[in-house]
Amino acid sequence: MAQTTPDNRGLRLVVRYTVLTLIAAIFSFPLIFMIMSSFKPAEQLLADAHTIRALLPIGDISLNNYFDAFKRAPVGLFVFNSVLVTSVTVVLSLALCSAAAFAFTFVQWKGRDLALTVILATLIVPFETIAIPLLLEASKLPWIGASGITYGWINSYRVQIVPFIADGLTIYLFVQYFKDLPGELIEAARVEGASWFAIYRRIVMPLSGPVLATAAILKFLAMYNQYLWPIMVTQEEQYRPVMVGLQYFFQLNRAWGEIMAYLSLITVPVLAFYLYLQKAFIASIASTGVKG
Amino acid sequence: MKHLKWSAATIALIGWGGMASATETLTMWYHGAGNEVESKIIHQIIDDFNASQKDWKVELQSFPQAAYNDSVTAGALAGNLPDILDVDGPNMPNWAWAGYMQPLTIDESKITGFLPGTKGMYNGKLYSIGLWDAAISLVTRKSILADLKLRTPTLDKPWSGDEFEAALKAAKASGKYKFALDLGTAWTGEWYPYAFSPFLQSFGGDIIDRTSYATAEKALNGDGAMAWGKWWQHLFKDGYAQAKQDGADRDNGFNTGEYAFSWNGNWAALGALKAYNDVVFLPAPDFGKGSKIGAASWQFGVSAKSAHPDGASKFIGFAIQDKYLAQFSNGIGLIPATTSAAAMVDNYKDGGPLSVFFAYSNKEGMVRPVTPGYVVESKVFEKAAGDIANGAEVGATLDAAVDEINADIKKNNGYAPH
Repeated sequence: MAQTTPDNRGLRLVVRYTVLTLIAAIFSFPLIFMIMSSFKPAEQLLADAHTIRALLPIGDISLNNYFDAFKRAPVGLFVFNSVLVTSVTVVLSLALCSAAAFAFTFVQWKGRDLALTVILATLIVPFETIAIPLLLEASKLPWIGASGITYGWINSYRVQIVPFIADGLTIYLFVQYFKDLPGELIEAARVEGASWFAIYRRIVMPLSGPVLATAAILKFLAMYNQYLWPIMVTQEEQYRPVMVGLQYFFQLNRAWGEIMAYLSLITVPVLAFYLYLQKAFIASIASTGVKG
Repeated sequence: MKHLKWSAATIALIGWGGMASATETLTMWYHGAGNEVESKIIHQIIDDFNASQKDWKVELQSFPQAAYNDSVTAGALAGNLPDILDVDGPNMPNWAWAGYMQPLTIDESKITGFLPGTKGMYNGKLYSIGLWDAAISLVTRKSILADLKLRTPTLDKPWSGDEFEAALKAAKASGKYKFALDLGTAWTGEWYPYAFSPFLQSFGGDIIDRTSYATAEKALNGDGAMAWGKWWQHLFKDGYAQAKQDGADRDNGFNTGEYAFSWNGNWAALGALKAYNDVVFLPAPDFGKGSKIGAASWQFGVSAKSAHPDGASKFIGFAIQDKYLAQFSNGIGLIPATTSAAAMVDNYKDGGPLSVFFAYSNKEGMVRPVTPGYVVESKVFEKAAGDIANGAEVGATLDAAVDEINADIKKNNGYAPH
């Protein structure tokens, strides 16, 4: 059996870090390109596109694209709308889907497995197939507001939130995670007379940090990147999210610098949210085996 | 006397209330969100209209262009289309057929001098009218023509197919250019039928048989179409143009000397003029059936569900004044719809740097097939043109495209009126 000498170890480390650095560079190239390009005028950006200059802050560098982006579109409003819709949906989704998963995992009831199967089956139904029926439904739903009962949810925040609160993937993530929790804890609590809600709130949820982070990040990304549904239901600018806002920059003569500035700006909330939950997210992936 | 005062006051109040409620609101959707100049002009027109009379008040909702068609379709499904909407010319027949739009009731004498491509006619009725049109030309430089010893083509005597071929060959042989011709294949979607189907029509083919709009047989796979397909494929096979083009090359390639010729629209003309002082905008080559370019851009129309088509038409009639046509042209560089408006625009008046585009639009402009099925046909054509460019067998590809178009027509019962 060959022994690892100190020289071997050193070489291995060099190779390992070289490979890791290369992979990291490949994955960070698009982000660096986007950020660097956001400071360059369109002509320079296009001229630099095929060279290493595209990744460097050199040439005619300024914040003009950012100022112009704010002039072209209400960027702050779009970011606010997206963060609002996404945050509310994520919070409600975590609450509802975890409760549903709890009922599917720990509570015995008739038809439980069939109901779970049906919910999981929705994972293979693309949203595009239900978009039109959902639109027809949303356009007729009642709502009680300041002006009494009105019909139609088009042009509102709720139409962007409610249809996405519950979803099969989030329920599935929670079910998988809950299955790995020690059953003795639940049984002991039942013996002590704890209600199902108390078990859910005081025992299961405090142990669910990693899956909450995973579900939150996946839901956040899905909601933040919403495009098709918002263009169908937000005819008024005041409700439009960031991805619809991106289209404001695709004119006949495309303002690539402004596009990069806008993309850099709207990436900030996603990165911040991910970095905040990063440790728990990685822990959850390690424990559940869920990838991507 | 006291009673009289009360009665007078009551009548006055009723009268005031009646007057106040007499102003009806008209909603309008427009595709120009994100275009600061365009938004400013459209708001100006609306403000002027609202101030010019007391019967109607137009309220605008702007959409980004790329999301506009989907938003209108969704709006139609949800039953909340506005009174006034704008529509891309070739989509109008589909929207009229699908029941999104109704015919316009504006005084037709107001539009007699309009460019043909700006009038949205379907089934013999005017459904939409445009304040501008767009046109394509073959962009190059006088110095390139001189260097390659090429004749300067004119609208009356454009290059023949052979002359165009010789020009491409000379450009390639010079070795000075990455590619002889920038076709803009980096742009997908409507660019393909808008920019490339006129070549097909100049060869004698078409996307569909326009005499019946019932079949693409013989139009898209007949002799003319086959000749087009072979010519189209050889452009890429023989290295004159790129089947797969980088977006940056399209946006900046001609202006940095990568191409000798660029097939591009008038919206890009100012950029070329800025890059070179000897730019010329040449007419489309004539491959046998005349020199052709695509026509029809965005136009205004009235939604079918509008409760106030009279008010909506009145607004559109107001918006098509020369001064607004000129403002749009000055602002966004497109071709004003009338000669009188063109005379008010430095770029398009006689002798202006872009005046040739007005002439091209007027003489070479050909609207895309005026049929509800065009929305499908355009995508089939785009795919076929892309496949042929990438080396697919011409005859089989065109036959397959014909089958797909005919199947769609059949599936929609010939696009018979509802």
